[in-house]
Amino acid sequence: MNLGMKPSSFTTSSNSWKSTDVVLDQFPVGLRVLVVDDDPTCLRILEKMLRNCLYEVTKCNRAEIALRLLRDNRNGYDVVISDVHMPDMDGFKLLEHIGLEMDLPVIMMSADDGKDVVMKGVTHGACDYLIKPVRMEALKNIWQHVVRKKKHEWKDKEYQQSGGSVEEGERQQQKQPSEDVDYSSSANEGNWKNSKKRKDEEDESEDRDDTSSLKKPRVVWSVELHQQFVTAVNQLGIDKAVPKKILELMNVPGLTRENVASHLQKYRLYLRRLSGVSPHQNGFMGPTDAATFGPISSINGFDLQSLAASGQLPPQSLATIQAATLGGGRGATTSKSSSPIPPLVVDQRNIFSFENHPRQQNIINGGKQVNLLHGIPTNMDSKQLVNLHQSAAQSFTNNLSQSNNSLLAHMVQPHPRTHILNNEINGTHHVSVVHGTAYNNSISNPSTTTVDFSSRSQSTELPVNNSFALVSSNSGMSNLTSKLQEEVNSGTRGGFVPNYDVFNDLSQNQNRGAHDWGGLQSSVGSSNIQQRLGGVSSSVLVRPNGFSSNQKSGPLNSSSLTTDNSLSRIKTEKLPDMGFQNGLYHEQFGQEDLMSALLKQQQEGMGSVENEFGFDGGYHLDNLPV
Amino acid sequence: MQKQLAKMKQSLFDQGYLDEQFIQLEELQDDANPNFVEEVVTLYYRDSVRLVQNIEQALEKNPLDFAKLDSYMHQFKGSSSSFGAKKVKTECTQFRDHCRAGNADGCKRTFQELKKEYATLKKKLEVYFQFARQAGPVEKACRPK
Repeated sequence: MNLGMKPSSFTTSSNSWKSTDVVLDQFPVGLRVLVVDDDPTCLRILEKMLRNCLYEVTKCNRAEIALRLLRDNRNGYDVVISDVHMPDMDGFKLLEHIGLEMDLPVIMMSADDGKDVVMKGVTHGACDYLIKPVRMEALKNIWQHVVRKKKHEWKDKEYQQSGGSVEEGERQQQKQPSEDVDYSSSANEGNWKNSKKRKDEEDESEDRDDTSSLKKPRVVWSVELHQQFVTAVNQLGIDKAVPKKILELMNVPGLTRENVASHLQKYRLYLRRLSGVSPHQNGFMGPTDAATFGPISSINGFDLQSLAASGQLPPQSLATIQAATLGGGRGATTSKSSSPIPPLVVDQRNIFSFENHPRQQNIINGGKQVNLLHGIPTNMDSKQLVNLHQSAAQSFTNNLSQSNNSLLAHMVQPHPRTHILNNEINGTHHVSVVHGTAYNNSISNPSTTTVDFSSRSQSTELPVNNSFALVSSNSGMSNLTSKLQEEVNSGTRGGFVPNYDVFNDLSQNQNRGAHDWGGLQSSVGSSNIQQRLGGVSSSVLVRPNGFSSNQKSGPLNSSSLTTDNSLSRIKTEKLPDMGFQNGLYHEQFGQEDLMSALLKQQQEGMGSVENEFGFDGGYHLDNLPV
Repeated sequence: MQKQLAKMKQSLFDQGYLDEQFIQLEELQDDANPNFVEEVVTLYYRDSVRLVQNIEQALEKNPLDFAKLDSYMHQFKGSSSSFGAKKVKTECTQFRDHCRAGNADGCKRTFQELKKEYATLKKKLEVYFQFARQAGPVEKACRPK
């Protein structure tokens, strides 16, 4: 949290507290509020009131601007207050978007106090509904919603994790968005959020592992879980799917009807959104998942953020993942990647892919096609990559001239994870650039085999690509490595952490069709991706094509790992993540033909990619320093 | 002078021009924003001009688009109530009732009333604020800076 003053939104009244004042005890001082209202009078009044509450206020008068602000700064806000009636976008729609993408508490307000309107707020997931004119007292307590949400998430997460391994729980916790700051970490003292958490969650957190895990407050809708969910829904029929029945069908211990209900709501919104997905996006992803991905991509940007922040997967990402899994045919996810990586993962991929784009180009141009695998590729990733490749590859290929890369630069679309998967550096020196950017819709070339970094660039201009360029040449591997490292270190952070989760999920879900990812990415706003990619790009593993670079791959791996780690900077230190990354890499790299396999899989819907990768949860996020 | 100011304010309240929300805004004033309420009211009158025009134009159409009028009025009401313009707010509510009832005449009539109240309040507040400035900063509980 930014205890410091935000120049743009602070007024003199906020000068009352300085960063030095920020202290745990001062919560909720410094609560970051985003207020959206088209009426300037109301907006001004709200701003003043909130400032007087010593909150950090950002105001905007249009929903689009608000969304952009939120997307650009995923962890930058704690709560959103929005008017119901706005000219450019309905307040409820904004509420939906935020809930899906960022999962922040949203408070609605309106002069309208009719029961049905208030009910609408409730059903759309608003945390609260204020009647205008709003009074100070009402605003003073909005912090409770932030705390409550976090609390719920933890509880759910813990709950959910109880079924899983402790590790996972820890991992997930670690994955929690950086803004949540480790509870245990004293370094975050300044973070009021942290303090808030500590204060309120002390009981709960005590149980959790302070050191390694961040509590993931809510139910993590892992790919598998989501898959189960979707299966249940499809079985029942989307119209008849009621939470209770879904819950029964899913038969997941520890899952409550409420979890399912809220997830269902999100899913529905998601589907609705999908129908509005642009065609080209769909093009990327497989036919089946295209739709789902579309919206996802947009979400990805958010998701990652939100995931990072809350450790929850945005429903969208879930959908994406879902789509992926659905498309891919559910294979058994690697046991290792048990941690349910919520859809975020997907998003992250996208992010990576976008970012990678720029890099890829460079790399490709270097002469070799490199498949940059990002991050935590898990088996899934490879699959996804494959799928992505199919869609994205085409675009890549066009751009890239290299064809010697056996790895698919499936980066094409949103598979941030795929990147990673393909990093089977060990075995094959292929560098698979799985840029999330690949997901860009721009990629239209189906020729997957060649990693077309150039195509990537279309989607995003992530700096990451530079690193890839190195890869293209065998000798470049080392360079690449260093580059990656550079990139990584340069702070790709951006909350990629969630990416890792994604990847894990991906790996787990190998089933997902690569196309799923593609779709995701495509939908992701390139701008988001770019931002993300910045961080992600580092995660891309660049594997030299090839043949002789075994040795190189070694270092490469590490570098990529590093990059990944840095990308994933869950909190601050990425390196720790490397732990699992390394594992990932090894597995991934083992296959020389991974990329090609991936490609094939993509086409076929990735059936066996995961097997090849043999990741068995290598991506455990537990290594990720959150 | 402060006393006079207080009296003025009291009378505005008594006559029903302003309500509790106005007090809320005054409480927000501090050293950093000593004329906050005036600022808000100025903003209101500036912004609502366009809204009033829109409504007027809409009222000239035939037949009336009640949904649209209702929507405009909803906005207007929200704005007006945000700083405590009580009478204006009442007229808004009435207008909306007419809209829902599809009463074109009722709408037009009410709107005339509304404009009157709107203009009256503006004048009164202008005087009030002028007075307030002259009276100097009022002692109020200031939030710690």
